Amino acid sequence: MLKIENLHASVEGKQILKGINLEVKAGEVHAIMGPNGSGKSTLASVLAGREEYEVTEGSVTFLNDDLLELAPEERAHAGIFLAFQYPIEIPGVSTTNFLKTAVNQTREARGLKAFDAVSFLKEMKEKMKLVDIDQALLSRALNEGFSGGEKKRNEIFQMAMLEPKLSILDETDSGLDIDALKIVADGVNKLKGPDNASIVVTHYQRLLDYIVPDFVHVLYKGRIVKSGDKTLALELEEKGYDWIKEEVAAL
Amino acid sequence: MSKDDQILEEFTSKEYEHGWSVDFEADEAPLGINEDIIRFISAKKEEPEWLLEWRLKAFKKWTEMEEPRWPNVKYPEIDYQGVKYYSAPKQDKKPKSLDEVDPELLKTFERLGISLTEQKRLTGIAVDAVIDSVSVATTFKETLSELGIIFCSFSEAVQEHPELIKKYLGSVVPATDNYFAALNSAVFSDGSFCYIPTGVRCPMELSTYFRINAANTGQFERTLIVAEEGSYVSYLEGCTAPMRDENQLHAAVVEIYAAKDAEVKYSTVQNWYPGDKEGKGGIYNFVTKRGICAGDNSKISWTQVETGSAVTWKYPSCILKGDNSQGEFYSVAVTNNYQQADTGTKMIHIGKNTKSRIVSKGISAGKSQNSYRGQVQIMKRAENARNFSQCDSLLMGDKCGAHTFPYIDVENNSAQVEHEATTSKIGEDQIFYCQQRGIDEESAVALIVNGFAKEVMSKLPMEFAVEAQKLLALTLEGSVG
Ligand SMILES: Nc1ncnc2c1ncn2[C@@H]1O[C@H](COP(=O)(O)OP(=O)(O)O)[C@@H](O)[C@H]1O
Ligand SMILES: [Mg+2]
Repeated sequence: MLKIENLHASVEGKQILKGINLEVKAGEVHAIMGPNGSGKSTLASVLAGREEYEVTEGSVTFLNDDLLELAPEERAHAGIFLAFQYPIEIPGVSTTNFLKTAVNQTREARGLKAFDAVSFLKEMKEKMKLVDIDQALLSRALNEGFSGGEKKRNEIFQMAMLEPKLSILDETDSGLDIDALKIVADGVNKLKGPDNASIVVTHYQRLLDYIVPDFVHVLYKGRIVKSGDKTLALELEEKGYDWIKEEVAAL
Repeated sequence: MSKDDQILEEFTSKEYEHGWSVDFEADEAPLGINEDIIRFISAKKEEPEWLLEWRLKAFKKWTEMEEPRWPNVKYPEIDYQGVKYYSAPKQDKKPKSLDEVDPELLKTFERLGISLTEQKRLTGIAVDAVIDSVSVATTFKETLSELGIIFCSFSEAVQEHPELIKKYLGSVVPATDNYFAALNSAVFSDGSFCYIPTGVRCPMELSTYFRINAANTGQFERTLIVAEEGSYVSYLEGCTAPMRDENQLHAAVVEIYAAKDAEVKYSTVQNWYPGDKEGKGGIYNFVTKRGICAGDNSKISWTQVETGSAVTWKYPSCILKGDNSQGEFYSVAVTNNYQQADTGTKMIHIGKNTKSRIVSKGISAGKSQNSYRGQVQIMKRAENARNFSQCDSLLMGDKCGAHTFPYIDVENNSAQVEHEATTSKIGEDQIFYCQQRGIDEESAVALIVNGFAKEVMSKLPMEFAVEAQKLLALTLEGSVG
């Protein structure tokens, strides 16, 4: 589904990603871990098409398309969804109104009919149950004055509405208490299927108890320095990142 | 190109949607302004002597006045002798009913999305349609007259209700109030008149659509709204003009009179042609709008969405004379390319416990300049007056400008005056967030801007709100990236 080869990217002239290789197949869950400042969010942003990040080398193919050629909204239409580490506030625009525009533009791009008001509401009701989100929250201005937990839950709700092929969750667990974490993980698991995949960026092994990854990668200084199965996450939890840093230094 | 194709193309080019002109025979005055022209206009309209005198007095005063230079706008010298002051679409005879109106005229309005014929049956809005200088059709007249409501063209009111016109014309905006008001008073050709009798709540929105069609023509219309004791009316005004290379002059006057316990809501969606991307052409929009809350507990509320015109100079104001009277001003002004807007309001507190609220949202893009100019004046007698002003500016790109000129003048210590102002830039992270959800850049901007302007947009009547939202988006099209 997704193939990243030798990806280099910089921001403001500073090299952040220094040769990422990663392949994600349909049905898989990949976890990306690593110390702060390693480039995890940068990788997510590059995949989503944020303009400030300049790709200096390498390639990314997504469902046989050259992903880097596409505008951000075209990537979204193709099936990429990014749950933001810091979701953005848009004053005066309700989540419902925002999502209606997003869902209908996406549907049209995918060759589906846009929802009318009634079918959109029905769709919303169904997905609301999935992530246990409150109607009142969706009538409020998007993310404005939302608590950290509400913002993250809202991200997952949007993901449910947009039905992506590849979801990238950037530290969706940070700032969540254990109950909220379970709800978010539960939502992600329900949306999992043989035709879609996720990349879960996290700091903590905790989330991976609920979203069980097929692969775990450690991103450090802009490179994937170690990959393994879910036991790698447990090892990191136990030993921290120092041993990895030492291994890298020894190379 | 067939006519249909032409319409289609103009619709899809999306630059300025209403930029076509129609060729119907027009009855015009020669270029220029002088006493004879004024006599010509007055005679055309078969006006009583007193009105001609009133016009001539205004004209004399106008020749002694100077064009105001204080607004934060720049435009080349206007050649007032190069303007046509009267142009009426020629009709064989005066239409008695809609069925007699020139079908070409009706078509013009249909293209604007205002069907004067269908209007009768489908929607609850009464419309007075004004092309160039003349009112061509008013709908729903009979329904309204059963309630004693008068809603007709200004010219008709002069003939049918001279006593009302004589009493109220110039009572809120005197003929010599300012340069452009004086010009209007001298040469105004038509407009709408609306009278709501004591105790009547007008059951439908009253609406006037203005359109400039003929080239080289100035439009000088006058609107007069009188709300008697305890009455209520919501009034809408919409405007468009074709695309032309030269600048065209529009100098309107609106007067509102609210008696005791009366309430008037006045909403405008102004979409005069703004000129092209290089700043060529466009309407000069110099408008005087003022309402007086003459009676106790009366209320006047202005809501405006300003998207058009090359230059806008406009300060819908309230004189809060009655005790406990209230004035409101809700404004969204969008400027793009080389547009310039200097707009705001005046709230003059005279009565006790008077309240005013000002919410101004300025959106600037391209190389445009957008100024808010507001005056809050609390007079000596205005015990316990309250004002709240909120002025927010949103900038798109770094070649445009937003300016705020608030003037506050308090002569009574019990007054409470609050002013808040913010300036922000449309965020790249906001646009990216929308795009990541599958929303293209233009739609993202439209969404964000409409969110920014929401408090004002929500004051518009439903029928107008949708149109206004689309207009905001259209005005800003191509302003990012
Ligand atoms: N927009 C930006 N401008 C400048 N530096 C940035 C920007 N985004 C990220 N960086 C830098 O890139 C590095 C990687 O950041 P990030 O991808 O956020 O790491 P992580 O998500 O792994 O914590 C950090 O040193 C950070 O300061
Ligand atoms: Mg991060």
